[in-house]
Amino acid sequence: MSTPISYFLVLSSILFAIGSVGVLTRKNALIIFMSVELQLNAVNLTLVAFSRMHNSLNGQVLAFFSMVVAAAEVVVGLAIIVSVYRRIRSVNVDDAEALRG
Amino acid sequence: MQADLILFWVFAPISVASAIAMLVMRNAVHSALFLIVNFFCLALFYLILGATFLFAVQIIVYAGAIMVLFLFVIMLLGVDGREDLRERRLIAQRPVAIALGVAFVLEVTFAIRASIGFSALAPAGFDKVNEGGNAQALAKVLFSKYFFPFEVTSILLIIAAIAAMILAQRKSHAVTQAEMEAHNAAMEPVAPEPVA
Repeated sequence: MSTPISYFLVLSSILFAIGSVGVLTRKNALIIFMSVELQLNAVNLTLVAFSRMHNSLNGQVLAFFSMVVAAAEVVVGLAIIVSVYRRIRSVNVDDAEALRG
Repeated sequence: MQADLILFWVFAPISVASAIAMLVMRNAVHSALFLIVNFFCLALFYLILGATFLFAVQIIVYAGAIMVLFLFVIMLLGVDGREDLRERRLIAQRPVAIALGVAFVLEVTFAIRASIGFSALAPAGFDKVNEGGNAQALAKVLFSKYFFPFEVTSILLIIAAIAAMILAQRKSHAVTQAEMEAHNAAMEPVAPEPVA
């Protein structure tokens, strides 16, 4: 492999930053949620890159667990968004400031 | 220049561009589709890094299951394409967020340069770690050293499934008197118009 590990780390930091800008600026709850997924994936890329760098599979196992947790999180998060939408008829986070589901 | 470096330089710009496109798209469906492109690029990076099992899992779980769930909810809620992007609550929220994001990237880049350096190649010998195939090697670690966390995640998944069902079920609320009257008034047969 001739790609330096640092390239993957810088790329994953760029993706993480894009994801956090999305969380901070967008109003649509679904797009905020997708940005969180992007951040999780950026961190997974870091874990896999470090696993390659240290010649160990522990990083890949951790990335695998984080994928499982992300799947569970998406299921619950989307159920919450659907339940909030039923009450306030909107997925705009500015409309949901009372936090009542 | 070797194949993996070429692959990296082809797919790294695509992944960054698709992430930015996801961010700026007004329509949630377009955002979701760009995120799928991004997930496919990340799967390719896992392949370059020798994590073939995670490459498959990334495509099956993320690009497949999770994004289908997202698209399903977007279409179920019928969100119309336009989103009001005017800043109302916080002044200059967007420029500050972008500046902080750029600052984060610069900080991490300097930290990487200070710690491992930009040209540090991965050490040889990953083939030995992946002996018998990546999936088999990963399974050996997962079912010995990480067996207990693995079982805990199975419980987590069951709890998440139950929680989703409870959260999304339609509540059978008690009908109030006012609602009943409104319903009866709406149901009352209208007297037929006299025929001229």
